[in-house]
Amino acid sequence: MKIAVLSGKGGTGKTTVSASLAATLPYCQYIDCDVEEPNGGIFLTPKIIENSPVKVLVPEADMSKCNACGYCAKACQFNAIAVVKGNVLVFPEICHHCGACVIACPNDAIREVERIIGVVEANADDTFLQGKLNVGEPISIPILRELKNRIKKDTTVIIDCSPGASCTVVQSIEGCDYCVLVTEPTPFGLHDLKIAVQLVRKMGLPFGVVLNKASDSSRLIHEFCESEEIELLMEIPFSQDIAKGYSRGILPVQINDLWKEKFEELYKKIERGAKK
Amino acid sequence: MKQIVFISGKGGTGKSTLVSSLSILVQDKMLADCDVDAPNLHILVKGETLQKNDYIGAKEAVIDPSLCVKCGVCKETCRFDAISDKFEIIPMKCEGCGACALVCPQEAIHLEEVKTGETYVSGTSRGTFSHALLDIGAEGSGKLVTEVRKNINNHKKDEEWLLIDGSPGIGCAVIASITGADAVVAVSEPTKSGRSDLERVLGVARHFGIPAFVCINKYDLNQEVTAEIEDFCRNEGIPVIGKIPFDPSIVKALQEFKTPIEDGNNAVTNEITSIWTRITDEMKKLENIKRQ
Repeated sequence: MKIAVLSGKGGTGKTTVSASLAATLPYCQYIDCDVEEPNGGIFLTPKIIENSPVKVLVPEADMSKCNACGYCAKACQFNAIAVVKGNVLVFPEICHHCGACVIACPNDAIREVERIIGVVEANADDTFLQGKLNVGEPISIPILRELKNRIKKDTTVIIDCSPGASCTVVQSIEGCDYCVLVTEPTPFGLHDLKIAVQLVRKMGLPFGVVLNKASDSSRLIHEFCESEEIELLMEIPFSQDIAKGYSRGILPVQINDLWKEKFEELYKKIERGAKK
Repeated sequence: MKQIVFISGKGGTGKSTLVSSLSILVQDKMLADCDVDAPNLHILVKGETLQKNDYIGAKEAVIDPSLCVKCGVCKETCRFDAISDKFEIIPMKCEGCGACALVCPQEAIHLEEVKTGETYVSGTSRGTFSHALLDIGAEGSGKLVTEVRKNINNHKKDEEWLLIDGSPGIGCAVIASITGADAVVAVSEPTKSGRSDLERVLGVARHFGIPAFVCINKYDLNQEVTAEIEDFCRNEGIPVIGKIPFDPSIVKALQEFKTPIEDGNNAVTNEITSIWTRITDEMKKLENIKRQ
């Protein structure tokens, strides 16, 4: 079973929930798909033994064959190639690696060269995987593709997503059996939860909500879940102790067996939810 | 107009809380929310919508079934697995690159423009405010961010400042938010995750040559990590412009749609006021360096 943990809003507790699940289950694969800011490793402290560069293909013009016709620039939908005064300028950071320029060139003057945009890191048995986008790079999708190619079959897989609801989250949750939406009881949390709910509904994935930093003073998320008939899977109370542990890289399940039981319970609910 | 962008790397460190507080304290400014995936500033900054537009930010391939002979060339060419076995485009996977249209021997494929979001410009008591909402699951956050900033430019009237609420992360949306800005304020928190993410986002600011300042929110949650962040900033020559205490009443006020300023939280109001003074001081220093 593949479980994705997402949120819309950042900082609601995606990593707390996904890493706690991973620390609770006897065996699973944890994949950190927040490749812009991966944090799961801080809590799960895996022994990283593999560090593989993620390469993409970007165009390079062979000026001995190029006649500066400009077809490549015209074909590129991302403005990653310009032909100026007989020269071909490539902007590799914004290239989507689609190969359209190669197809469009009538002189066979464009070849593709490898370019590194980040890495995939793994422990010995691939039960921990994380992607890291290089600083200054805008496009992370190829790293997510690489991570998802390494999903283990026949085991529980936990996917920690990036915040937001754009193409990176779509890429991360696609093909998952269940989505856990983590939120907090503030107007910001509710607003972005609604966005995340729309996304998983659009993709037809079963889902439930975990309310983090829950407090008696707000029923905001409860009311929303009730009115939308969404299962509220778990509540984690607002607690200075949990926040302090988090700041040091410690999860509640790592110091308190009671929390372990609660996350076991959460996993059972996810299993049931995925079967429905 | 000086443009200051509030970023953080890690989400949920308090960017929107800080920007909405500053939106009350700072005079003569415009506001923008460049977190187009999950915008929040408009929840606290209300106003009258002056302009609302659909944003056409991407293209998508369309196969004409009456011309398609199912030869499979497009499917072989597509690097994004966006063409199904039935030779239909899978919209969520199509990047709109047009490679399929270029190779189709039947000329059965063309690209169509698609809407990827909506942009808004509002008139508020705190200044003109530009924001946008990306369509669910759409791509092109970066382009939409650029549009939000373009809209600000189209509405400016000699304001002195532009305060931009950024998005978490370090990718396309953040890069589009900070390109050409005068400075960034990285809002951090004293957690191991917050620190790791701060270092990466400061790396992005440095990569693009944009001066950066750091604000540590909830600084007393873990004084040890706060000290580590301060050491790091000192070594990198990045000014730490303020430290906001961990105060559960800030969240309580937010639940009632109030910033700490409107909630009458004096300690936090004073700290945020002093943060703004530090920002303006640092900006003057940068001006002086530029002039020399």
